[in-house]
Parts: sequence; C-alpha cells; structure tokens
Amino acid sequence: MSDAVLEAPVLEAPVLEAGELTRHYQVRGQGLFGKPATVHALDGASFTLTPGRTLAVVGESGCGKSTLARLLTMIEPPTSGRLVIDGLDLTKAGKAERAALRRTVQIVFQDPYGSLNPRQRVGDILAEPLKINTDLTADQRRQRVVEIMDQVGLRREFFDRYPHMFSGGQRQRIAIARALMLDPRILVLDEPVSALDVSIQAQVLNLLADLQERLQLAYLFISHDLSVVRHIADEVMVMYLGRPVEHAPRDALFGNPRHPYTRALLSATPSADPDQRRQRIRLSGELPSPLNPPPGCPFHPRCPLANERCHQEIPAALDVPGHGLAACHAVEEGRDG
Amino acid sequence: MALLEINNLSVEFKTAHGAFRAVDGIDLAVEAGQVMAVVGESGSGKSVAMLALMGLLPWTATVSADSLTFDGWDMLALSPRARRRIIGKDLAMIFQEPMTSLNPCFTVGFQITESLKTHLGGTASERRARAVELLGLVGIPAPEKRLSAFPHQLSGGMNQRVMIAMAIACNPRLLIADEPTTALDVTIQAQILDLLLDLQKKTGMALVLITHDMAVVAETADAVSVQYAGQVVERDRVDSLFAAPRHPYTHALLKALPERATERHLPTIPGVVPGQFDRPKGCLFHPRCAFAGDLCRAEPPRLLADAQGRAARCHGPLDAAGQPTASRDLAERAAS
Amino acid sequence: MSASAETTATAETEGAPPRRQALADFWFYFSENRGAVGGLVLVVLLILMAIGADLIAPHDPTQQFRDHLLIPPAWQEGGTWAFPLGTDAVGRDLMSRLIHGARFSLFVGLIVVSISLTVGISLGLMAGYFRGWVEAAIMRVMDVILAFPSLLLALVLVAILGPGLVNAMIAIAVVLQPHFVRLTRAQVLSVAAQDYVTASRTVGAGPLRLMVITILPNCMPPLIVQATLSFSTAILDAAALGFLGLGAQPPTPEWGTMLAEAREFITRAWWVVTFPGLAILVTVLAFNLMGDGLRDALDPKLKRT
Repeated sequence: MSDAVLEAPVLEAPVLEAGELTRHYQVRGQGLFGKPATVHALDGASFTLTPGRTLAVVGESGCGKSTLARLLTMIEPPTSGRLVIDGLDLTKAGKAERAALRRTVQIVFQDPYGSLNPRQRVGDILAEPLKINTDLTADQRRQRVVEIMDQVGLRREFFDRYPHMFSGGQRQRIAIARALMLDPRILVLDEPVSALDVSIQAQVLNLLADLQERLQLAYLFISHDLSVVRHIADEVMVMYLGRPVEHAPRDALFGNPRHPYTRALLSATPSADPDQRRQRIRLSGELPSPLNPPPGCPFHPRCPLANERCHQEIPAALDVPGHGLAACHAVEEGRDG
Repeated sequence: MALLEINNLSVEFKTAHGAFRAVDGIDLAVEAGQVMAVVGESGSGKSVAMLALMGLLPWTATVSADSLTFDGWDMLALSPRARRRIIGKDLAMIFQEPMTSLNPCFTVGFQITESLKTHLGGTASERRARAVELLGLVGIPAPEKRLSAFPHQLSGGMNQRVMIAMAIACNPRLLIADEPTTALDVTIQAQILDLLLDLQKKTGMALVLITHDMAVVAETADAVSVQYAGQVVERDRVDSLFAAPRHPYTHALLKALPERATERHLPTIPGVVPGQFDRPKGCLFHPRCAFAGDLCRAEPPRLLADAQGRAARCHGPLDAAGQPTASRDLAERAAS
Repeated sequence: MSASAETTATAETEGAPPRRQALADFWFYFSENRGAVGGLVLVVLLILMAIGADLIAPHDPTQQFRDHLLIPPAWQEGGTWAFPLGTDAVGRDLMSRLIHGARFSLFVGLIVVSISLTVGISLGLMAGYFRGWVEAAIMRVMDVILAFPSLLLALVLVAILGPGLVNAMIAIAVVLQPHFVRLTRAQVLSVAAQDYVTASRTVGAGPLRLMVITILPNCMPPLIVQATLSFSTAILDAAALGFLGLGAQPPTPEWGTMLAEAREFITRAWWVVTFPGLAILVTVLAFNLMGDGLRDALDPKLKRT
C-alpha cells in the first residue's frame, strides 16, 4: 500500500479540489474603541482529495485545521479561494446545488460525548439525515439505519437507546454511522480518535480503514497525533498558524521531513520505546496567536534556521523534487542541511 | 521505607445504582527521587487513587486502606488540619486542565504568593521575590511582568507552568502530576515534560505521573504501574515492561499502539472495560484476554512478583516471546 | 471525573430500559433532598385538595351563615366543629373557603407559568439562535421590563386592563417572563455551540428543526426548575394583587382577597388573617422546596460534586 502512495500520477479523479482556500474572521478590537482586527484562521490551503485515500492534516492549536473542516463541510463559506466538490464549484453553486453537495461531505467530530444529542435515541439520530434529505418512509429509513448500523458494528438493539448509555468508542461508531447515512463520498474526520482510549482507538481506526476500502471514501483526517497519522494517512499536510508548511506523501514526510516545524513536531512526539529517549529538538516559545501573527514566515520566532529574509517575507509553498511541497526559505536556499 | 506507601487502597462511590468500586485494592510504593508512572485507560481508577491520597474526593466516596503512609505520616489517621499542612507543602499535585486549575479572578502573582503565605510565611516582598524566582525556574520569560497577568492572558502551556511553579513552591518531596500534558499541544507537551523531569532531577523530588499515554510513560518514567478496572495488573521497570510485558492486558495495549503496528489492521482488545454492573468473576481481564482458561474464569489472580521484582496479576504471566508461562487450565494445573 | 466515565462505560451492558433508568437516576438525586420530598408531598396534597374541593369542603364557600359571624376555630372557646377553622365577618366557613382557594392559587400558578414559559421560550430561542439585531431587540425589551419593580409593573398593567383575576394573571405573566427569556437564551447559546448541533447543520437541518428539535430539549432542565419557582412567585403576586383589591374580586375565595377582606378584623379575630396567610406561606414554601430538589436532580453541573 505504501508503495502505491508514491506513484506520481493518481489514477482516480479527485473528488474534491481546494485552491488557495482562505478564511478570515473579523473580531472586535480590544476595549471599547479598539480597532476591529482580522484573524487569518486559514490562509491559502490547496489540496485534493481522492476516493479511497486519506489526506491527514496535522498541526497544533490555531493552525487552522478546524476552520478547514468547517469550510469543507459547508458550515462556513470561505473568504476566498476555490472549492470544487464532485466537479461542482461551490463558490458559484446555487442553493439547491449546495444542498445536494452537503450530502457528499460529512463530518465526524472529536468528542463523542458532545457530538450526539443526548435527548435523541440512536435510531432518531441516525434517521435524521434521511428525514431531512430524502422522501423515504419511516420503514425505509429504519431499514437503512439498521443496514448502516451493521456496517459500523453496532448491534440492532441499540436502535432505541440513548447516547449516554454508550462508551466513548460505541458513541464514535454512532457518529460515524450518522456520517455515512447519506452515502457521502468524503468524510472529514476531525480528531476522531483522540478522545478515545488506546484499545478503543485501534478498533475505530480499523473500522475507518475498512469503511474506506469498502466504500471508496476520501478522508480528510485531522489530527495532532503523529503516530496515528503515520498509520492511517496516504498524504500528510502539516499546518502552522493557518498556512500549510509542508505537504508530502506519508513515507516521504516521516522519513525525510524538510520543514523545520515538521522536524520539531516529529521529534516532540513521544515514542512508546524507552530506548528511543533522545534529545528532542526543543522548540522554544509559545504558539503565536492567530490574532497577532508574526511578520514574515509565521514560524520564524521559533525556528532554529530563521534568517533576515524569514523575518520579512512569507515563504511560498515550493515544490521540493521527489518529496512534495514545503513553504520554507531555508529549504529553498538549501540551508536546511 | 519508601516515601509513599499505599497498601490495599480501595475507593467506593455511592451512585444511584448502588456502590461502585473505582479503586480495588491498589498497592503502590514510590521511592524518594523516583519517577513513577501510573498508566491506565479511563475507568482504571488511576486518578481516583491519588485524589484519595490527597483527600480530594467528593462526599460520595468511601476510602479504605490497610495503610497509606507518606514520609512516615499515616495519612489515614491524620486530622484534616494536619493533612492540609502536609498537602501543598511536602505533597503537591497538578492537574490536567491548566486553564481551570487557576482562579480566573486573581493575578498569577497573587495566587502564587497566596499559596506561599499558607506554608512558608515571610514578608510580602520576600514572597514576591520567591514568586519571581519560581516563575523563572519553570521557564516563564519576564517573570516580574507575568506576576500581574491574569490566567486568561496566558496560554495553556504557560498556565501549566504557573501551576507547576505553585506546586513546587515549597519544595515538595512528592509531586503528583495528573495527566499534566493531555490538554496541551505536542510541542508544548514536550516542553512541559522536559520541565518536570528537569525539576525532578534538580530538586530530587519524587514524581508520580498519571497518564493514559504509553508513549509519555516510555519517555519519562523509571517505573510503571499499569492499572485496569481499578486494580494494578502489572508493575515493572519501564525498560523491561516495554520490552516484554508480562500481563496480557499490557501486552495487548502495547500491540494496539499505531506506532507499533506492522499492518493496516491494528490488533485490538475486544470488548470494553468492565464497569459497575458487569465485573466478571475471577480475573477482571479474562473476558477480553486471548489466553484465558477456566482457572482465570474461576479465581481472581494475585499480584505476584518474579525474581526480578516484576509483578503481574496473572495466573500465567507472559514470557519474553509473549506466550503464557503456566497453564490456565484447572485440570492441567492440578496435574502438574 | 473518571467515576462518571466509568458509569457511562458500563451502562450499555446493563440492558435496563432507558426511561426507567433515567427516572431512577432522577429519583435518586431528588430524594437526596428531604425538603424537596416534603415539598412534593405538600404539592400533591394541594392538588388533590383543589381537585376534590367540592367533596372535602364541609360547606359552600360562599354560603353565609348569618347566625355564626366571626366564630373562632373549633378548639377555642366559643368554637364549633361545624366550622373547624371558624367563620369570617359574614359567616362563611373559613375552611371551605381555604380549600376552594387552593383551586384559584394553583390555577393562577398554572396559567401564569404556561403563558410566561411559552412566550419566554419562544423569544429566548429566537434571541439565542438568530443573535444580531433580533437578540438585541428582544433582550432590550426584557431589560426594560426587568427594570420596573415587578409588583409595581403588575399594578400598572392591572390598572390599564382593569381589575380581575384574569387580568391579574396576564399582568403577572408579563412581569415573570423576562426571566424565562434570559434563561432560555443563555441555554441556547451554550447548547448551540455543541457538536451535535453542528452535526445536524451539516446534514442540512433548517433553523426551525435546529431550534425546536435539536436545541430546545437540551435547554429544558433549568427551565423546569425556573417554572416551579415561578409558580410560587405567581401565587404570591396574585395574592398580593388580590390583597390590594386588584386581583380576584369578592366573594371569590382567593387567599389574597380573603386577607384583604379580613383586614379590619385583625385585632378581633386572628383566625381570619392567619389561616389564609398560612395557606399562602405553605403553598409557596412547598413549591420552592420542590424547585430546589428539581434543580439538584436535573442540573448536571451540581450532580456528583
């Protein structure tokens, strides 16, 4: 499987294309007379999603990964940029077309305790998407719900139960089942396993892998856990403060990370191997606030390779031959060693 | 004698559906200057045991133990007043959520000096100087300026540093860190873990690290105690535990880690952690155990240590190859 | 913390019917509070009394026994068991009037709470869901209502609408409902931020569905508590308006009105003021106690602490 990832021409046509996706928020200024400020939550993300493959988005808080999820699931419109889903340009689509596209992209949230309505039975939670979007009768809906419940490994008896009766792992199965109700082609997985225990996490990851294979789903897998990403992703996009800083196939990125931030992130991730206790690349400093990003390269205040140019000029994402994309002056200038 | 010694500690909660035993006969010994990790999934009772030691459990909890000694003090017999004198001074704790562990109404400086006042006394300016020193110690830049900051003006990582500063203010002999980095980002987690270990080396305090993250254990601890459903199932040095776990639960847990995976399908542990109503007879892990025999279903195993002091609560602990060392079959067991 | 995680982890294997388990949970927390159980018992007794007033009451509440004016309660000298709590200035049996008065008080509470709850929830939902100018408009009007002393505002409204029990109820409902609006809005704001609301949105649920089916049911527990507490406020306000002559009109056996009629006999016949006053006190207390218990049982933030 990992070999296939590196093949350059992708055989299947992408189901989603994002070009320079950008999302800004206006926030009120500090104090009564403060000037309103603009938060660049997401600044120029470009990528494609392909059926049967997983793009992982990695980054820390404020990197824009949740904003990305909200744009893809059409909870919010992008400020600028292009979003083509299933051949339809979302920025030009009418209301009816948007409604149809809604069914194509579904989302699974991080917190299985917050993502299920505690006052609805499992059956009603799962039937809701059908009720809103289809003309199926109650019986047909029920049949479809039971079908999907089988697919994600939920017993039929659970139909009439309330979410509070389930453990985190079972709830996440319910959330996945809900996302599958409308036969989507894309699943946005927003940290789907980070609230789960290790043994349960493995079950859910296996389920996701099975579903992808069976239904040829395209995954956008958002995570901060690099060991999970390494396991499930085909391609990885690392983000920092709203910008993609490196984008490469999984093995290339983990085997030979180019951007200094990717390197720091990899070395900061603890490993379950006591022999591997090594000197970490210790990133000094805090994550900057998206409200007040540093000028130039957003990473330069914490970057060991930063020079004068990095203080002033925002690096563009450039193609690194045989690797992928990296947005770094040091990589471009060959200073990264 | 160990700095902290817990023998047969149990905690029961009163719930709407009868009593629930969250901690079931836990033993734990922490030596001075040791880094001990307590690891377990949710429902393993790992936090509850430490909260019981600190006397921080709600009224619905009943704590019982054969002995609970810290630094020679019998924590069970101490009056609440005497206990409070020890807690915060020789025994300190930090929590998972740095944002909610600090009072949002007061400045960081006020909260630190306030905690110093209780245990150390001294004049206001001495306390202030100590607060600046502490903030410097935990790596907060421009500590004088940060004294007048409110918690919401600092990031999660900074707040956790402030919490650590408060915890080590009185040079505790034992610091209990309850999932101290779970709410933090990866690069910040690395910073905080480094800081905790640095401080531990510098001051020689003992550190109990409660976590669910095996990787954090591997990176930080000397010894580890694995808990499952309120019981200690395995206790060992970190290097030997990760190299060759002896309890089937630990074995399965390590195999389920994505970073140890060899193929796309991860090995899983079937079923869920038993709860209040479905605690099985015999070994608590047997319904999920790949090696369970009728002995496991009939009789609860005891936590037994081998010659190297590696303890496992199992009728036939695993060997280095991951195979059981003794039969779990009653008939075969009787024959041999 | 981990204790609650443990109980959720177990529950799925338990197999008890969900409704019954929720009810058992509710009763466990409710019955922890002795006062609440006492309040509940009193409320049930009051309701039974109101329903069966015609059967329980020894006399017609408006029948005047001209030979028995201001008879003291039975256990006092000059009292008779024909009139256990004595009679008033025109010879009506006090006990019968009190029993029938329960009907009016509960009726007032029920109607007032229903009106202010419905209106309050609708306005609060809109304010919390739509935000922006809708919210600003609704909330400023509520602020204005809240800025008036409540009884004074009720008085003004009754003065405009004219005295009478129905108008008094409308006035009290208007005065009470800003509390519901504010509470609902606050709940909606916190619930609307939950992932399950976003999830419903991603499958295309419209505003009405989101508001009524997804958000509202999760806002109910504090509203139920507030409704119970408002019940007693309504009874109290109605009695006050009655006492001032602007509520129920004589000869209606409404407790506040009874107090007003008895004012001039305060020094001569203690019972004509004491018993209606006690009736009001006990009823209000019962509802407040029950409300406290409901809060314990329904508010998850106070649970397991």
